[in-house]
Parts: sequence; C-alpha cells; structure tokens
Amino acid sequence: MLPGLTVDVARGAVTGLLGPSGCGKSTLMRAIVGVQLVDGGTVEVLGTPAGTPALRGRVGYVTQAPSVYADLTVRENLDYFARILAAAEGRVDAVIETVGLAPDAGRVVSELSGGQRARVSLATALLNEPPVLVLDEPTVGLDPLLRRDLWDAFHRLADAGVTLLVSSHVMDEAERCDRLILMRDGAILAADTPAALLERTGALDVEGAFLALVSGEVKR
Amino acid sequence: MSGRCTMATAARVLRQLRRDRRTVAMLLVIPVALMALMSGVFAGAGGAFQRVGVPLLGVFPMTSMFLVTAVTMQRERSGGTLERLMATPIGKFDLVLGYALAFGVLAIAQAVITSVVSFTLLDLRAGGPTWGIVLLAVLNAVLGTALGLLVSAFARTEFQAVQFMPLFLLPQLFLSGLMAPRERMPAVLRAVANVLPLTYAYDALRALTLDGALTATLVRDVAVLGVATVAALVLGAVTLRRRTG
Repeated sequence: MLPGLTVDVARGAVTGLLGPSGCGKSTLMRAIVGVQLVDGGTVEVLGTPAGTPALRGRVGYVTQAPSVYADLTVRENLDYFARILAAAEGRVDAVIETVGLAPDAGRVVSELSGGQRARVSLATALLNEPPVLVLDEPTVGLDPLLRRDLWDAFHRLADAGVTLLVSSHVMDEAERCDRLILMRDGAILAADTPAALLERTGALDVEGAFLALVSGEVKR
Repeated sequence: MSGRCTMATAARVLRQLRRDRRTVAMLLVIPVALMALMSGVFAGAGGAFQRVGVPLLGVFPMTSMFLVTAVTMQRERSGGTLERLMATPIGKFDLVLGYALAFGVLAIAQAVITSVVSFTLLDLRAGGPTWGIVLLAVLNAVLGTALGLLVSAFARTEFQAVQFMPLFLLPQLFLSGLMAPRERMPAVLRAVANVLPLTYAYDALRALTLDGALTATLVRDVAVLGVATVAALVLGAVTLRRRTG
C-alpha cells in the first residue's frame, strides 16, 4: 500500500500527519496501531513491533469515523471501554471533562451531533492514559473554540510525555504541531518541524510549503 | 482470556438490547405467536402438532438468535467498534463469549415463555420433562448465536448477514427430519444430515417429545450439540481478524 515509506515519530511531542484525503494517512496510522495488513517492512512502536499484544493497551487509537456504540449513552460507552482497558477509577469522569461532554454524558450517542460523537470516540482513547495516541482526524467538523481546547489538551498530554500522532487534511492545523509529516500519494514529502519546513521551502505557510514540495521547486 | 472483558461485553450487549425495546418484544412474542399459528394450522391434522411442536420449540430460538447475532456483529464491524476493540487488550474469545452469554440470557427468557405458553394454552404435550425441553431450546439458541457470529465473518453487509439464514439454517431444518423422516431420504442427503448439528437437535427434542428416558442416544445428541456450539464459537473467534486490508 505504502511502498518505500520510512518515517520516525518523535516521543513526547505532537506530530501532525498532513496530506490530502486518500494519500495514505489512515493506512499508515492503522499500520502503527497494528490493525492494518502489512505486506512487508517493519513498524515499531515503543521499540516493539506494532500490533503485538503487549502494545494493545498502550496505543490509544481513534478512527476517522467515530467508532462508538450509537445505541448507548456517552457514559455507557466509556464505562464499557474503561472495563476493557482496565482504566483507573474516576477516569470516565476525567475524560468526559477533557472533551467537554459533561452536560451530555447521559445522552444516547445517536442523538448527538457529529462533532459530539467524534469527541466520545476521542474520550474513549484517553481512558487508560496510553503513552502513544494515534488520532485520525480528531477535530473534523468541530467548533473553533473546541478545536483550540482539544489542541491544548493534546499539548498538555505531550508535555506529560505522551507521543501523539494526529492526522489532518486541514493545513492550518499544522502550526499547532511540534513536528510535521507531509504525505501525498502514499509517499512522505517531508518530515520536519514547521519552522524548519517553512525555512527550507521559503513558503509563508504550510500550505505553501506543501505546494513547493509537490511542484518540485524545492528538493525533498 | 479474561472474565472481566467477557462479562463487560455481555453487559454491554444486553444494555444495547434494552435500548431497542421493540426488538426484544419481537424476540419474545414472535415465537409464541408462531407456535399458536402452528397449533391452528395443524388443528385438523391428527397429532401433527404434537409431533412437530416440541422440535419447533428448539428451532425458533435458534433462528432468531442466529439473525440477531449475525446482524449485531455485522454492525460492530461496519461501525468501526470492532476495529477499535481489536486494538485493545480484549481477547477475540472474550468478545465472542460475551456475545454468546448475552444472547444466551435472552434465549432463556424466550424459551421459557414459548414453552410455558405452548404447554399451558396450546395443549402441547410431551413425555419428557419441560425443563429438559427448555434446556435444549436454550442450547439451540446458543448454537444459533455461535453460527450467527461465524457467518458474520463472511458477510460484508447486513443484507448479506440476513441472507445467511436461508442458506445456513433452512437446509439444516429440511434435512433434520422435521419435514420428512430421514430414513426415507436418499442416502446422500442422509449422509449430509448426519454431519449437521440441527439433525441432533431434532433427534434430542423428538426423544423428549416421546418420553423422558435418558438414553445413550439422547446423551450423544446433546453432546454433539454442545461440541458443535463450542466449535462454532471457536471458529467465530478465529475468523475475527485483528488486521484487515
């Protein structure tokens, strides 16, 4: 699926995985989580091959489409996953707070808006405080205020030593990341800090840097 | 395997069902209504209702649990929750067993209600003990759940999952001996019937229709059903894939 792709994700930082939809972001993330059939190559997480049983409680994963039970309430969903993940006491309330869903905790997920569902899905991955979080487009369709709050939460986690890989097809989210991986057509265009990327391409923003890299004006 | 994950899953599935009151009501009422219809249809056919009534008590739970499980599991796949679960420490067998447990509880309710109504209001009579018949009906339901879990692995949509019922269960029902005695079927069909679990379910229920004697054949039939259920659950767990394309 993604031939000849090599990339490292820094620990304790927020790494943004950016690229147009269909470029292979989700496939790469699924390979890291260990749910993607991989034809060859190696994917290692925390020094262990991806998908090994020891990693399953330690890598939090949020799929692009909210994957929670639509016929359960927010709290019932979180209670279930908390038991599966053996999360500590009180974590359900803590993650509900983090994603700002306290007023809706008792509502059935099918009654919630798309953005609220996405937040339930995100909360689920935060339950057991995993050292690695793989988030596939977690902020799509969210109100800007909430988006800012979530990015703040991501950075608080990174400061606490959590490694986050966050994908987005919105280039303006790039400036909120510590490091960036730009992808296109299943290949890595660049992997660097936002500042270094702008300097190297001479572009004013990440969108410009992306265009410069694609058009070949700047050597990868 | 972990009891924690199994129990959590069973509780979660039951909680989901509780939200869908209409489905639960249909699961509990439809078998009773169908039994009542059968007793009416066979009213003028001598003892026909007495012959098929008890075996049907086992067939209805099996069919409905097969359908409900196959669709629920298909939803779990298409909704992305299965992928999420496969990225957590839950064992595949924990998940499958949790499902079997939840639908087993529902099956007990269904079998008890259908049996009680049949034996009281519909004048169904059996030589064997009622509890034995209820037990067999529940075992059949769990087998239905196990088969439903298994076939859901081969279905890409809910429509396909539902279509596995006529493909998987109806031939078993036709060959079991309920429609026509197996002794008079061609040898090929008899041979096929001998490897299908519903054949043993029918024989066991038929034995309980006639008398309550605990014969070696009855024990063997029940044992075969148990083994088939466990085998289907194991296969169902094995066909769950952590990694997909």
